[in-house]
Amino acid sequence: MDSLISIIAEHPIFSGLQNRYLDLLVGCASNVRFDAGKHLFQEGEEATKCYLIRSGSVALQIDLPPKGLVTTQTFGEGDVIGWSWLFPPYRWHADALSTQLTRALALDGKCLRTKCEQDHDLGYELMTRFAILMERNLQSMRLQLLDVYSET
Amino acid sequence: MQMSPAMRESAMVPDLYRIQHVRRETKDTFTVELRAVQRNGGVHFAPGQFNMLYVYGVGEVPISISGDPGKDQCLIHTTRAVGTVTRAMQKLHKGATLGVRGPYGTHWPVKEAEGSDIVIIAGGIGLAPLRSALYRILEHREKYGKVQLLYGARTPADILYKNELEHWRARLDMDVVVTVDRAPGTWRGNVGVVPAFIPKAAFDPSSTVSMICGPEMMMRYSVQELQKCGVADENIYVSLERNMKCGIGLCGHCQIQNLFVCKDGPVVSYQNVKDLMTKREV
Repeated sequence: MDSLISIIAEHPIFSGLQNRYLDLLVGCASNVRFDAGKHLFQEGEEATKCYLIRSGSVALQIDLPPKGLVTTQTFGEGDVIGWSWLFPPYRWHADALSTQLTRALALDGKCLRTKCEQDHDLGYELMTRFAILMERNLQSMRLQLLDVYSET
Repeated sequence: MQMSPAMRESAMVPDLYRIQHVRRETKDTFTVELRAVQRNGGVHFAPGQFNMLYVYGVGEVPISISGDPGKDQCLIHTTRAVGTVTRAMQKLHKGATLGVRGPYGTHWPVKEAEGSDIVIIAGGIGLAPLRSALYRILEHREKYGKVQLLYGARTPADILYKNELEHWRARLDMDVVVTVDRAPGTWRGNVGVVPAFIPKAAFDPSSTVSMICGPEMMMRYSVQELQKCGVADENIYVSLERNMKCGIGLCGHCQIQNLFVCKDGPVVSYQNVKDLMTKREV
């Protein structure tokens, strides 16, 4: 349990989080690993978890017929993948494929939501941190959409 | 320095160079290797400077020098075929001649950055002018701290200098991150924009010099990330691109307020241009 707490505390998204919150989060956490070629999740499945990547690489992919799978973003050490656990109907909107052996900490979404309901201070902390994450992703997506290299 | 009329005139006359080699880099970029026809001796330039390349009968364009400043027997330019002149240049073969004026402009602060960590951030064809700086830095590797190269391209097929990137990545004394904006599902490299990788790069912000070249939007986002990491504006250098014609600060085509990009740039400290870079009118 102690090692799980330290893993959570060392992850950038929870940097500086108070110990009492770490104690609450650890009850929702588990260590997971995915071999290369395995999916963390697939489009349409219930979004039960979010993943704090510790090592490895994960590709977020969307099927774009007739082209096939397109990778829209990749994640590595220190990244967080998945926030569909936060919003109804709690379904994944893309596939997440492990492209090399990936180790991560999985946080159970339902467990997190319940703890946030019970402790709104924790809820505020978590929502703030995930909102920053989403804002960064939105900025990156915007830059990607601009297709800036087509003009240079 | 004020130029006399004779100096101005001579600065507008190109030297004759012959193409030694043409290499296709991607579907729309190519590299030409040039050697002086009339002039003896080497070519001297500083990383980041550019030449005006003249395709006879078509026109003249400013192109950054992308070769190794330590190897001064030939000029190397990588460019993208996007306009009339560069499309005509792409059709030239070994043995054809080009006019060359230069080198012009300011250079990357490779000497001044000795002792610091180096973060090189390139986007698209922006890797070409930074390659010269990287050659110089790697040649004197012991004089620098950590060296990071972050390079972004549109797709895997648009990645420049693939062999060299692999060679650099294999080195134990520098970190190389290559990312693309979009990729098929079979791609096993990074997908995402270059600025997103800056917070993950290992460098000491209090002792870092960053050199950035790419689309202006990408440079702005990169600067923001560097600032968040704590890199001072005066230690961030960007390469500006404007409509350069004369190359010597006379015609005013590339003028932004009191800055002549051909003469006072293309490499400038972000500290000196931050107001210009966020002003829509310029």
